[in-house]
Amino acid sequence: MTKNWWKLLASGLVIYSIIGGLLFEVPHLPILHESIRNVYFHVPMWFTMIFLYLISVIYSIKYLRSGNESYDFWAVEAINTGIVFGFLGVLTGMIWANFTWGDPWPNDPKLNGAAISTLMYLAYGVLRNSLDEDQKRARISAIYNVFAFPVMIVLLFILPRLTDSLHPGNGGNPGFGGYDLDSHMRVVFYPACIGWILIGIWITTLRYRIRLIENNKLHTLTRN
Amino acid sequence: MNILKQVKILIQKEIILEWRSKYAFNSILLYVVSTIFVCYLAFKQISPITWNTLFWIIMLFASINAIVKSFVQESRGRQLYYYVIATPEAVILSKIIYNILLLLVLTVLALVFYVLVFKNPLGDPLLYFVSVFLGSLSFASVFTMISGIASKANNSGALMSILSFPVIIPLLMVLIKLSKNAMDGLDRSVSYNEIGILIAINVVVITISILLFPYLWRD
Repeated sequence: MTKNWWKLLASGLVIYSIIGGLLFEVPHLPILHESIRNVYFHVPMWFTMIFLYLISVIYSIKYLRSGNESYDFWAVEAINTGIVFGFLGVLTGMIWANFTWGDPWPNDPKLNGAAISTLMYLAYGVLRNSLDEDQKRARISAIYNVFAFPVMIVLLFILPRLTDSLHPGNGGNPGFGGYDLDSHMRVVFYPACIGWILIGIWITTLRYRIRLIENNKLHTLTRN
Repeated sequence: MNILKQVKILIQKEIILEWRSKYAFNSILLYVVSTIFVCYLAFKQISPITWNTLFWIIMLFASINAIVKSFVQESRGRQLYYYVIATPEAVILSKIIYNILLLLVLTVLALVFYVLVFKNPLGDPLLYFVSVFLGSLSFASVFTMISGIASKANNSGALMSILSFPVIIPLLMVLIKLSKNAMDGLDRSVSYNEIGILIAINVVVITISILLFPYLWRD
């Protein structure tokens, strides 16, 4: 129980953000109206995705330094979970964009960047499948992961700021914190982000443990 | 033997090998020229924006084809030999520098032929040349490391494009913007931002390549 307190916290925060996000007072802004509530669901998906990719890069570096197989499992499962959160982020964003910008896929640098970074991590999956030797697969894919991460940072955080974007915080627009995330929204938004990040880590640990069991099974099978 | 000397000798080796066979360079030059000619026959006349974008797309595919060979063509035995005589950092640095030179020559020749076929006024030829130089630099630095990664896998040809496209797209977007500024002849101060970003990304990519290559190398 003492070890699992954060799982309870994660579920509590996410349930709170769903109830609070749908019921609490929000500022009434033109164009956005009530759809601003999607901030509580759309933005945490991206934060979680970035956070999981960051974890994965850290474990890839740790793998390259030590050669410990379990670090490779952490890296790959963090990416697998991150891709799911990326798709959820695109989905929630498309629904939102359809209502506010009138088009599920407006030609926006942040959207395109997100799509490209998802391609990058899908390519990581293809690379893993094309290598059959365990250690070689772990090493080569760790190298690609570390190599691709800085480019993804440029893609998602630097390039959209240079061109005009519909998203706040880009192309000279102030960030969300600046004008429309008032104190009413903060009490739901921050817990939602923390909650979803913890949920992402929880899913990753579950997937990691499944992979560990499968791997042990494989080893005992080959041994007999 | 210090690393700079090793790099110098390895680049000389690459150039001599290339000069003896002239196979890689000629084939890739022919590839570019025929692609441009196919585009010319298909398009006949194109708008300036398409002109600029088409040039970079042709160069993207040509560069991938030029660089994919850089690790595959050498046998395992010969790679082992380099490992004995030189440090891995020197090997990757020499490959990157050689590929930059190769692509620079290729891109300039391609640009000359491209302008010859598709007549299009260049507003600021010097800045366009800077963008061509930065383009060769970016393609070479990204693709060299990726070709090293892809060469370890089974079907490296297809894998090379899958792995390199997502990584090169941000650079390509900035490059197209920079070269469009140059084509339109905008004031140079408008483009400083793009030049800065391209140089910064390249420095990061080359540094990471040098840091990661020692892990890729051993088998």
